[in-house]
Amino acid sequence: MATTTTTTSTAPAPTAAPPGAPDARRRRRSLSPGRRLPASRLIGPALLLVLWASASAAGRLDPGAVPAPWTVLETAGRLWTDGTLPTDVLTSLRRAAAGFAIGLTAGVVLALVSGLSRVGEALIDGSVQLNRAIPTLGLIPLFILWLGIGETFKIAIIAIVVYIPIYLNTHAALSGIDHRFVELAEVQGLSRLRFVRQIVIPGALPGFFVGLRLGVTGSWLGLVVLEQINATSGLGYLMFQAQNYGQSDVILVGLLVYGVFGLVSDSAVRLIERRVLSWRRTLSS
Amino acid sequence: MAPHTEQLTRPAVRLKALTRSFDGRTVLDGVDLEIPAGQFVALLGHSGSGKSTLLRAVAGLDHEVEGSGELIAPERVSVVFQDSRLLPWTRVLDNVLLGTDGKEAAAKGRAALAEVGLAGRERSWPGELSGGEAQRAALARSLVREPELLLADEPFGALDALTRIRMHGLLRELWERHRPSVLLVTHDVNEAIVLADRVLVLEKGRIGLDLTIDRPHPRSSGDPRLGEYRERLLAALGVTEDLK
Repeated sequence: MATTTTTTSTAPAPTAAPPGAPDARRRRRSLSPGRRLPASRLIGPALLLVLWASASAAGRLDPGAVPAPWTVLETAGRLWTDGTLPTDVLTSLRRAAAGFAIGLTAGVVLALVSGLSRVGEALIDGSVQLNRAIPTLGLIPLFILWLGIGETFKIAIIAIVVYIPIYLNTHAALSGIDHRFVELAEVQGLSRLRFVRQIVIPGALPGFFVGLRLGVTGSWLGLVVLEQINATSGLGYLMFQAQNYGQSDVILVGLLVYGVFGLVSDSAVRLIERRVLSWRRTLSS
Repeated sequence: MAPHTEQLTRPAVRLKALTRSFDGRTVLDGVDLEIPAGQFVALLGHSGSGKSTLLRAVAGLDHEVEGSGELIAPERVSVVFQDSRLLPWTRVLDNVLLGTDGKEAAAKGRAALAEVGLAGRERSWPGELSGGEAQRAALARSLVREPELLLADEPFGALDALTRIRMHGLLRELWERHRPSVLLVTHDVNEAIVLADRVLVLEKGRIGLDLTIDRPHPRSSGDPRLGEYRERLLAALGVTEDLK
């Protein structure tokens, strides 16, 4: 093992900078990816859009399979003005909102009860883990039998898709609260209520927001599936009908609206998260 | 002995035959101790000697620890930990006010922050404070409660040497002004003799040495008259002169 040491003496000393150059000391090469490009998230999608548009304009795409972007926009305008699209969008939004609201409430309440009391944990946690193991969309036939094919079953399925990630992440955050803060609360003589309000809830918020974002995405996912198999109205129904008549532009309009829904709701959650967790910026910056 | 004899009449802390053990291993083996009100006491010991166990017992934080004995501690007790333990999601002033209420609470909090030299930092997040500043905020939080007894578990252990010296001055100054009884747990002999009027050495689960340090403040650790105290303490801790 001593044989390799001889080579080092021949290398020139790297620190021998000329005396007139005080800045000659080299900075180390940065391994971080560097500064963000402006509006970097939009560059990729914009490029795809340009490709799509130019391929359509050049006539390289079969308009029956992939209509041009402007055709999609035209169809969207037509569907909007004749009243089909607003009705379907509203129906879908109402379903998603109702299911999401119920799922959010259930997830938070169950996580709090299970995270704050051992009895609650014994009753709730195992059941939720079991529920998680069953693919929620697999419950659809049973729920149709129980609740009929109306709105109730759709809202129930969306609520289940939403509550699971919210419960799991909030519960994990609650049980992961630093024991040192519990000790501090004891020393400072906090009441149970204040302990929950000032330490447990703020400490669990980061985990809750992870669950919230997953839940929002889940609510759209559930909506798409539900509206395409068992619906007589809504965006998914619109797309399903379009499939029967070979209207690919209408299908794309539906996808576009779903995409906008997803993007807007995710951005909204992120905005709230940044506001509520503003203390975190001081750590990550 | 100390210049404030009139305050030293009633004991703030009394321990009698206090024992604590973890899984059958005895950590405190019948500790007897009285701390008069307003006295500044330092508790020395090897790591694992039970210093923190003693402090946690006095603080009432040892919920699931076996033990027996008599323990009397005042109503208002504050604890300063080795880490500042500020809630990262709460601004500095609200951290200082944690667990206090009342109309004048905010004003008291501001005054406490000013006292530790953090005036103007009320709206900062703990993540924006340096280690020394965070520990000052923790001191302010302990002061706001106007404690009769201040327990400090190696409060300066995580600070750099220069900051630590400054914090020594601050702690002593705050003690002069508010006169709580202080039990300072430390493994630093110099810190103990510079700050405290009485130094205890915990050894084999009991108080092995109880030394009153009768020198005026402010003290400097270079004071030759403190040397003999240092030697006696080091000897009690099992460190002989030639080992240093």
